[in-house]
This record gives sequence, C-alpha cells and structure tokens, in this order.
Amino acid sequence: MSVPVQASEAADYAIEVEDLAIRYHGKPALSSVTLQVPSHEIFGIIGPANSGKTSFLRAINRMDLMTAGMEVSGSVRVEGRDVRSWRNPYALRQRIGVVFPLPVGLPLSIYDNVALSSRLRGTRKKADLDVIVERCLRRAALWDEVKDRLDSLGSLLSGGQQQRLTIARALSQDPSILLLDEFSIAVDPVTTMRIEEVLAELKSEMTIVLVTNLVQQARRLASRTAFFLTGELVEVTETETMFEGGAQDPRTTAYVEGKFG
Amino acid sequence: MPEVAHAADRRDAAWWIDRAVQILVLAGGLSAIVFIAGIFVFITREGAGFVFDRFDFREFFGSPRWTPTSSHNPTYGALALIAGTASVTGLAMLVSVPFSLGAAIYIGEFATGRVRETLKVLVELLAAIPSVVWGFIGLSIMNPLIIQVFDVPVGLNVLNAGVILGLMAAPIMTTIAEDALKAVPDTYREAAEAMGATRWQVTFKVVLPAARNGLVAATLLGVGRGFGETMAVLMASGHSINLPTSPFDSVRALTATIAAELGETAAGSDHYGALFTLGIFLFLVTFAINFAADVFVRGGQRKHRRRGRRPAASANP
Repeated sequence: MSVPVQASEAADYAIEVEDLAIRYHGKPALSSVTLQVPSHEIFGIIGPANSGKTSFLRAINRMDLMTAGMEVSGSVRVEGRDVRSWRNPYALRQRIGVVFPLPVGLPLSIYDNVALSSRLRGTRKKADLDVIVERCLRRAALWDEVKDRLDSLGSLLSGGQQQRLTIARALSQDPSILLLDEFSIAVDPVTTMRIEEVLAELKSEMTIVLVTNLVQQARRLASRTAFFLTGELVEVTETETMFEGGAQDPRTTAYVEGKFG
Repeated sequence: MPEVAHAADRRDAAWWIDRAVQILVLAGGLSAIVFIAGIFVFITREGAGFVFDRFDFREFFGSPRWTPTSSHNPTYGALALIAGTASVTGLAMLVSVPFSLGAAIYIGEFATGRVRETLKVLVELLAAIPSVVWGFIGLSIMNPLIIQVFDVPVGLNVLNAGVILGLMAAPIMTTIAEDALKAVPDTYREAAEAMGATRWQVTFKVVLPAARNGLVAATLLGVGRGFGETMAVLMASGHSINLPTSPFDSVRALTATIAAELGETAAGSDHYGALFTLGIFLFLVTFAINFAADVFVRGGQRKHRRRGRRPAASANP
C-alpha cells in the first residue's frame, strides 16, 4: 500500500482523457479528445459510424496492446493514473467491464461464462460462485430464462440472450468502470428497456460509459453526453441541454434531431 | 485510493505464469528454427567437399548421366533424376488435386449426417496407410494392370508412380482442404443462400474464395509430400535412369537415389558428397515451394484483411 498514488486533485474522476489521438497504421481515427468522466456517472457517447467512438473505448482498456498498427498518444487516466503506466495491464482490464456490440457468448456453459472472471481471480468455492452467477444473471435480466439450463452452452443462446450473458459476465468482474459499445444492437426493445433500468441502478456502484447509436438511449440514461464526428470530439454537454436545443455546436443539434447521420 | 495503485503494479501469480509461458513458447518457436538450421548445416557440411572440389554446374543440371560407381569415369549428372522426380510429382498432382478438392467439397459442402461422418473417418484412415504399402500396391497390382491395359513391356514407370503418389497424397490433402472449408463461417453460406444462390454457386462464389489460402496450403502440402516421398516412388517408378518422354518410361527419383545408394558409399567419397548435394538441392526446392506459398498466402491476406491480427508482442509495457 506504500505505492505512491498520483491522484489528481479531483480524485473522483473515474476517467480523465487528455489530448487523446488514435491512429491505425498511421491513419488517424480520433484526434485531440479531452474530457473527464466523474465517478458514478453514466456518460453517453453518440455519433455516426466511423466517428471514433469504439476506438475511444479501446484506448481506455488498453486494447491497443493487442491490435496491430493501433497507436495511442495523449493520456488516458483511469482512477487517477495513466493506463499506460499500469505495470500489470491485466489488472487494469479486470477493473473495466466491456460489452461489445455483437454478443460474445464464450463456448462454455452459461454458468462457466459468468463464473469465469471469478475463477480467473482464484475463487474456487462452488457456493461462492453460485451466488455470483445468480446475482449477475439476475442483474442482466437473464436469470429467469436460463436458471434451469445453466449447463447448456452459452454460445447457443439467442442473440439477445447472449448479449445479456455478456453483460452478466462483465458485471461478474465487479468492475469499477463499465464500457458499453452499442450493446442494444442485437437486443429486442423490451429487453433493452430492462437492461437500461439495470444500468440506472448500477450507477451507484460503477462508472458507465455508454456508446450508443440510439440518441434517445443516451437521453434516457446519460447525465452528460459527448458527440463524436469523423474522429473529432465536437462537444460534451449536459444531456438534457443537448436534447433541448442547447448544444454548443449546430452539428450536434442537427444530429440529435435526426437531420443527418 | 491506495489499493488501486497497488493493483496497478502488483505482478501476481497469473502475471508471472503468463510471462513464463511466453518465454516457453518463444523457446519452442526458436527451437524449430535451430533444428531446421541444424539440418541445413549438416547436409551442407557433408555435401560441401563435393560441391567445392568436384561439382560441375553444367554436368549436374545438364547431363542425364548419373554413373557415380563407374571405376574410371564417374559422372554426376542429376538431370534425369530431377526430371524423374518432377514428372512423377507433376502427374501425382494432376491425379490428387481434382480428387482431393472434389472429395473435400463433397464432404464439407454437400454430404450430410452419417455419410459425411463415415467419409471423414475413411479418408483419415486412408491417410494413415504407410508409404511402403502404397509401393507394394504399385508393384503387385498397378504393374500387371498397366502392362495389360496399355500393352507395354514394363508397368513400373511414371504413370504407375504418379498414380500411386497421387492416391497417397490425396487423403491428407482432402483432410486439410476440408478443414479450410469448415473454417468458413456458416453466416457466409446463409447470407449467400438467402440470395437464392444454389449450393454449387454458394460453394464456388463464396466458400472457395474464402477458403482459398487453406486450399493452396493443402495443395502445396501435397506437392511437398510427392516431392519428398521415397519408398513408394522407389518401388513403383522402375528406378532406372531415364529422361522420360512418355508416361510409360521408367524413371528414377532424387529421393529414391539417395535412399538406394547412400548405404553403399564410403563416407567422404565423391559419391557420398554427390548424394548430399542432391539432398541440398531437395532442401532448397522444398524451401522455395514453402516460401512461395507463404508469399502467396500473405498476399491474399493483405487484400482481405482490414484491421490486422493480434501481434505476438507481449502485453508488458
């Protein structure tokens, strides 16, 4: 515990991004992004395809380490510390749950999918795992549908169920930050609403970054929203202000009103 | 939040195991290089004396006269041996490529249920037949058959060895090609079928292009197999030095020559060195085939790939 913490003055920022730029094989995907995400906030990111939203998430949990040709410059600080200074990047990723756009049910049983993270971290007791699995599946609104077949393969569930399984798995990491990348693409509207309710509850436990194609989803959930456009951060504004015509940039207003994108 | 900073730097058991495994697999990869280099150094050293003292480029590649045991005028022309290997391998590929690709497409794309499973097991069983058994089939079944059907005096020739070698290479090529087809995601097939494409159109327009690299790899593996095969060729080709002008000529292969003669030479003699020079030549050709395949496969990947694959780099900052 004697390791010095280089905590910033306002230590309750979960994520601080300064002058972030991302390139793939030298081609810029995102440039000069500076923003802060306070702890226990749902932070929305909207923008049309190819605007750099996903790249932004990838920089936060250091996916550049396993992506050939991806270069990150500037700084991304998670809980006060630059992610590139974590000597153990796996520890960083354990603290950050990620849900990708297309569901990834690992080819394990439903139970093992959700128990995986705890097992990786050394939890062996069946009773403990049972509790974790049930709690996470309940939170992801999947428990009632799968409680009788926890042994069947997670990759055989329907798309929407797999996505909820993915969310349950991310929650099982007990993350302090949850990154959601267009999670509702493969999920029906009713389930989407149920997951949105869960996210609103989770806010008290973790910081959530919600990348979404549905601007109304950002409006329902996010307290502040960033608008990305062609690799550039146009603005970060209080969500309500943004949706009531108070955006600083006319392009943002046009986008949220559905005039392009 | 001191705990956070602590976790950021703590290299726990999992981290160290990860590190150790990375080093272990690196050692595994390096050892492959060391072994290949070692083999090359060995055959080069054994052949070096001959290459520097006796080797005559024009004779070696230009003369069909291979008479290393002649007491007054030994000659070392490998042309007939090279032609023998090339003709047998070439014919073998003509036989095995259509057979194996056809079989792979049938098993992978058209057959269903029990037929498919049975065929797969049978093909894998075929791949396990030892080459000497194939040679035996060439000698005792193909030989009289060729004499009878084509009315030629000798049935041990290019045709015999080529067919035997082709049948021998086909199962392993089929297995690899079928794996390549199986690796094509079903979503591709469904998307194409949903457009009203027939099964064959789906196979030809979507599945085969997607599996191209694997199919090329399967074919080249077959070429390598034919090129390096010794025993079956030795038994079925007639083993007589000839520049073949028709499939009914007996020939002699590079590999068969080494196998048949190496045991009877004095270590360090010109003959011994000449056989190792044949070995160096085989090695270089095999290397060239693999290298060409690699370039081809990479070229194909670059065209299709978008974001790049995971680099093998370690995850340590």
